[in-house]
Amino acid sequence: MSSHADTHGDGHDELGHILPFSTYRNVLIGLLVLTVLTVVVAKVDTFDFGTLNIVIAMIIASIKASIVALYFMHLKYEDKITWLYVFFPLLLLALMMGLIFIDNPLRRDDRPVEIHDPLAQQLEALQ
Amino acid sequence: MSEHAAAADHGNLNYLNHETTLWSWLSTVDHKRIGIMYLFTITIFFIVGGIAALTMRMELASAGPDFLTPDQYNVLFTLHGAIMIFLFIVPGIPATMGNFLLPLMIGAKDVAFPRLNLLSYYIYVVGAIMALFALLNPIDTGWTFYAPYSTQTKSAVILMTGAAFVLGFSSILTGLNFVVTVHRLRCPGMTWDRLPVFVWALYATAVIQTLATPVVGMTLLLLIMERWLGVGIFDPKMGGDPVLFEHFFWFYSHPVVYIMVLPAFGVVGEIIPVFSRKPLFGYKMVCYASLAIALVGFLVWAHHMLVAGISDTSAIYFSVITFGVAIPTAVKVFNWVSTMYKGSISFDTPMLYAMAFIFLFMIAGTTGVYLATLAVDVFYHDTYFVVAHFHYTIQGGAVIGLIAALHFWFPKMTGKMYNEHIAKIAFVLVFVGFNLTFLPQFVLGMEGMPRRYFDYLPEFQSMHRLSTVGALVNGFGYTFALLNLLFAWIFSKRKASANPYHSLSLEWQTQSPPIHDNFVETPTVTDYPYGYGTPVEGGAH
Amino acid sequence: MNSAVETIPGEPPHAHHWTSVNAYHGAKLGMWLFLATEILLFSVLFTSFAIYRFLYLGEFHSASLQLDWRMGATNTAVLIISSFTAALAMDAAQHGNNKRVRNLLLFTVACGGIFLVVKYFEYSHKYDIGLFPGRTCPEVHADAASGHGDSHHGESDHGAKADHGGGHHQEFCWPTGDNALGLSDAQKEMLVSNNYKMYFGLYYCMTGLHALHVIIGMAVLSWVCLLASRGRFSEKYYTPVELGALYWHLVDLIWIYLFPLLYLVD
Repeated sequence: MSSHADTHGDGHDELGHILPFSTYRNVLIGLLVLTVLTVVVAKVDTFDFGTLNIVIAMIIASIKASIVALYFMHLKYEDKITWLYVFFPLLLLALMMGLIFIDNPLRRDDRPVEIHDPLAQQLEALQ
Repeated sequence: MSEHAAAADHGNLNYLNHETTLWSWLSTVDHKRIGIMYLFTITIFFIVGGIAALTMRMELASAGPDFLTPDQYNVLFTLHGAIMIFLFIVPGIPATMGNFLLPLMIGAKDVAFPRLNLLSYYIYVVGAIMALFALLNPIDTGWTFYAPYSTQTKSAVILMTGAAFVLGFSSILTGLNFVVTVHRLRCPGMTWDRLPVFVWALYATAVIQTLATPVVGMTLLLLIMERWLGVGIFDPKMGGDPVLFEHFFWFYSHPVVYIMVLPAFGVVGEIIPVFSRKPLFGYKMVCYASLAIALVGFLVWAHHMLVAGISDTSAIYFSVITFGVAIPTAVKVFNWVSTMYKGSISFDTPMLYAMAFIFLFMIAGTTGVYLATLAVDVFYHDTYFVVAHFHYTIQGGAVIGLIAALHFWFPKMTGKMYNEHIAKIAFVLVFVGFNLTFLPQFVLGMEGMPRRYFDYLPEFQSMHRLSTVGALVNGFGYTFALLNLLFAWIFSKRKASANPYHSLSLEWQTQSPPIHDNFVETPTVTDYPYGYGTPVEGGAH
Repeated sequence: MNSAVETIPGEPPHAHHWTSVNAYHGAKLGMWLFLATEILLFSVLFTSFAIYRFLYLGEFHSASLQLDWRMGATNTAVLIISSFTAALAMDAAQHGNNKRVRNLLLFTVACGGIFLVVKYFEYSHKYDIGLFPGRTCPEVHADAASGHGDSHHGESDHGAKADHGGGHHQEFCWPTGDNALGLSDAQKEMLVSNNYKMYFGLYYCMTGLHALHVIIGMAVLSWVCLLASRGRFSEKYYTPVELGALYWHLVDLIWIYLFPLLYLVD
């Protein structure tokens, strides 16, 4: 937002940031480990947390996604505007999902079951 | 400043005449020329959509079938809706006036990605051709393509939704281009608190265009998949939910009304201070209100579906939040009116349109609050009340805004002056005709006349007839206004000076029409552009 | 006349309306915005999936057991590694090493190819056992599941396709083992004919759209690769490499979510 004399817009003076090789390597190892973890949590019965499974899977996926974005995509070194346009769409996604969730699943409590539960409806038809 | 503009005059070379071949237009990456190309293209579709509307109004002039069949009527209202929304008013102000003015207003030579801008125009043309084919192979779903009818009808839904997808892509690229332009290409000194309100409005619009359009794009693709493969997510037989389509559709299509009307807010915000010779009242609030409307606009989509069978919880939520939209909108209206208060107002044509905008938009906004009220909406939903409401918003808001902008910046775009008398007569016709068309429709809606009906009970006839007469007057008004501008451009001998209104905004500080590179040298800005009536009138140098 | 693009190797293209440093940051912001639109494009599918997964968890679970999670995991690893090499290619470009950029991008594109081949095997397997998206998925009756084959194609208007699937119908059988839902045959039939189909409808839409992005990404990276082999990039100019890599990372990001959602429903 500065009104720097020779830069236009939200000014920058140089090109992108250079990261050491070790950063990329560590991120790769982290990603592969987390992938193995995802599969283990989902497939080994010891780690069955019931309905929390999906939450755990999504948390792991989000950690993976974050480190890809931060290091592979250099988001960590981007300006505020870029961060804004990373988080705003995610906010919109959350809003869309959240607000549709307060409609669609909640609608089942408002109305007679037979209209909204096709499974029950068809079971009835079978009998 | 006028010396400066004179110095910019390179022996009359400007963006219009520095190259004149047809190819130089078709292959141009100059934002000004692309804006003009958009302007002509959307005007064609405005005429087509307008003829469809007039045909419907003629049919509705008397009860009973006259010269259309019910099926033809269904095709006509789909044609009118789809053309006016997707082909005319969504690209309406941003792609025409926005393209032309955005770089000029921020002191840049072009938009951030000039070639992408041209690509966006051609994608629009491809989408428009697809849409025309679809509409001629008739499609009768209405512009909303609601499932399950759209997944079952035999009409050309796939082609039309495909067209809407392509048009959406064009809209996304334009929005993306504008966002980057505003962030990265502002001239030295052009800080965020010195940006013209039109640029703020365009920025808010561009954000919506970029981020809401993909949602409808994917929704329409899913509709196509539903028709091809029967995925089932919109099909109750397979456990799906047709209301989900409405959710996704309105997640875009509610913000899209702000794509239409926000730039018009910006236009009015530019015009009123110039013709009132007063600083824009509450400049910062006007700017922030644009962003606030864009943000709140993302949260209220399901008020289009209050009686579609959504859950009671969400109906209450969406109704309450919708009332919130009235706040930033009212902030803008109060600021415009306060700007005019005790100003030395001159009633030039752009100012007349701007004032008409405020009046019409007040009606639009107030009736919008009626419709957001749960209990009232049960009665008004899908009646002519809704039709009148959104025509007050979109025609009374966005179209009047576009016409105001065309008259206001006409000298800058063409270097000519139009005939003020004819323009004022046209304005009166448009204003009277518009109100005569849609005020009776409020009454019709309150009496229970449903929308999209081919026929009606005899007691509705008098109001329908008034509405039809109004539509004809309105149509004549637009014809006069546009022909006046067209003739002025081609035949007028009256050259416009660089700054005929003594505006302080940056686009008026270069010659009319601007040179290819907009400015001879990059301007430096030292103040916001609304310092009228202050001891030192001036900011841009 | 119009912003003539000069291509001197190693130098940024000349644009009349902004400096090369600003052009670089502008292009990058534009790319991030484009990625934002991609996320929102997929968000419709993710939201649909989330809602129906919530409503029909059991059906989605048993349908997901038809997928081979090993193939999914392999593809995840392939994409992660390709993302890594794309990041390295961008690093090489920042150091002006065109040859290394070319080699790393060739490897990345090859990984994309492997991904598509694995995907092809997955799709063709499902095609063989008659798992088509949505309505085109043939009706599977309980007796079919227990081996007394009787194929009925429902209201499918894709006759040829459905017939092909029908020919292999007997191969279809219910997953055993950890399918401990305790459903009766009649119930199973219902699931097959409804939400089961919906799961596969969403599966094909999501993975299909993702595969399309993989193909576009491969095309973009191949073009960047071509530029690199002409020695186009340097410390001063590597915008296309960075934008191409960003796009490829997005393809990876989406798969990171698709894999647990589609293959590991439980």
